[in-house]
Amino acid sequence: MPTGTGEADPGIDADGPAAWPPDPLAARLASDLDGAFPALVTAHADLVYAVAMRSTRDAMAAEDLAQDAFVRAYRALERYPAQRVRDLHLRAWLSRITLNLARNRARDRRARPAEAPLEAIAFDAADAAPRPDEAVLRRESAAAWQARLAALPPAYAMAVELRHVHGLSYAEMAEALGRPLNTAKVHVHRGLALLRTAYEKEIQS
Amino acid sequence: MNTPTLPLPEVLRSPAPAELAPAVLFRVGLADEYLTVDAPVGPVFVARNGRGLSATAPAFTSDAADAFEAAFRTRFGRPIRPARHVGRAEVATLETALREGRGRGVRFDLRATTPFGRAVLDAALRIPRGEIRPYGWVARQIGHPAAVRAVGSALGHNPVPLLIPCHRVVHSDGRIGDYAWGSDVKRAVLAAEGVAPDAVEAGARSGQRYLGSATTHVVCFPTCHHARRIAPRHRVPFATLEAAEAAGYRPCRDCRP
Repeated sequence: MPTGTGEADPGIDADGPAAWPPDPLAARLASDLDGAFPALVTAHADLVYAVAMRSTRDAMAAEDLAQDAFVRAYRALERYPAQRVRDLHLRAWLSRITLNLARNRARDRRARPAEAPLEAIAFDAADAAPRPDEAVLRRESAAAWQARLAALPPAYAMAVELRHVHGLSYAEMAEALGRPLNTAKVHVHRGLALLRTAYEKEIQS
Repeated sequence: MNTPTLPLPEVLRSPAPAELAPAVLFRVGLADEYLTVDAPVGPVFVARNGRGLSATAPAFTSDAADAFEAAFRTRFGRPIRPARHVGRAEVATLETALREGRGRGVRFDLRATTPFGRAVLDAALRIPRGEIRPYGWVARQIGHPAAVRAVGSALGHNPVPLLIPCHRVVHSDGRIGDYAWGSDVKRAVLAAEGVAPDAVEAGARSGQRYLGSATTHVVCFPTCHHARRIAPRHRVPFATLEAAEAAGYRPCRDCRP
């Protein structure tokens, strides 16, 4: 399997999601939902909002969607047996709830957001290109990167954001997106390649 | 363990709006907001969250807001803050609910109340404005006729006085009794609803705890709307229900003495 990134994702490919370490916050939610839920919101508000923003591309709609996603999560946690709550991969689960809600709303509006093709795509030469110097990248304004990210096909932008802004593992992403792990990887790599190309074009001109 | 391959700036991580977390916690009932609403006895704090109305407290004392917030946090263990958005319709609904004390058109958040306590509060909600019932009546209504003291305690722990009219429950000997906001407030609320506390106590002292109609031979609590319509010359007072039944009177089906 091509990795293309040279990074470690320990245990994920070999063992699957079951290999994830237990999440102390999930354990707290299982034993004291009302006591632990505020910590869940605080810990993952940025992630849920980012997913909502990436899905809706509108700040007001994203805030509504993020609120609804957390409310839905709370109601689910009320119903779930304790063991199921303890086993939750919270970031993946919250992302998935948010994405499902966004999809349902889009369908309700009969205005499906454009989606990138899902089939696996071979990595192109851009993946092998030298990486931009880190210091240079960090000097870049956030706005410029946000604009480049927003210019990607939505599925790629979501994948890059989950992976590289919020640090989800590929296994978490696969669960969040409801897609095969490989698809998540492909989308991240394609997205990064396009970002790199866009960046290099900009600095050359 | 998740080293980005492309060093996207951390600043790309845009924070969620500051209102997201408070709004979520409000909606699921883990944080409350309160507003001030005019009631017949003066301004009242009404706290609510996404599950319903959670608390009321008198707002007519000095430093009332700080004291209310502190007492709320201690009692319910949740954060509370003044409401950000208050609609006119909500205020109108609450004013009506505070005036009528029947809970129409409002939901309550009674999570901290025991099932027994909820049954007691449900019974209190069925007492119409302008009428009063003894503690023992509530105990009978909920199927625990011996639990008179527990009924008093449950009413004393009513988190939403006025909205759930625990003030309409009094001692069987006619004494108006205690109230979470003070017995003076209880008397004032009852007076505002058309029950004259002094007359009730005087009547009970003189043995008028039930009122029968000489024409229908139905016996009521004196404040029952049927009893109040009995013409003075047909009013037959009784000290006990047994005495009324012995005289051939049957209990009113509305106030169920």
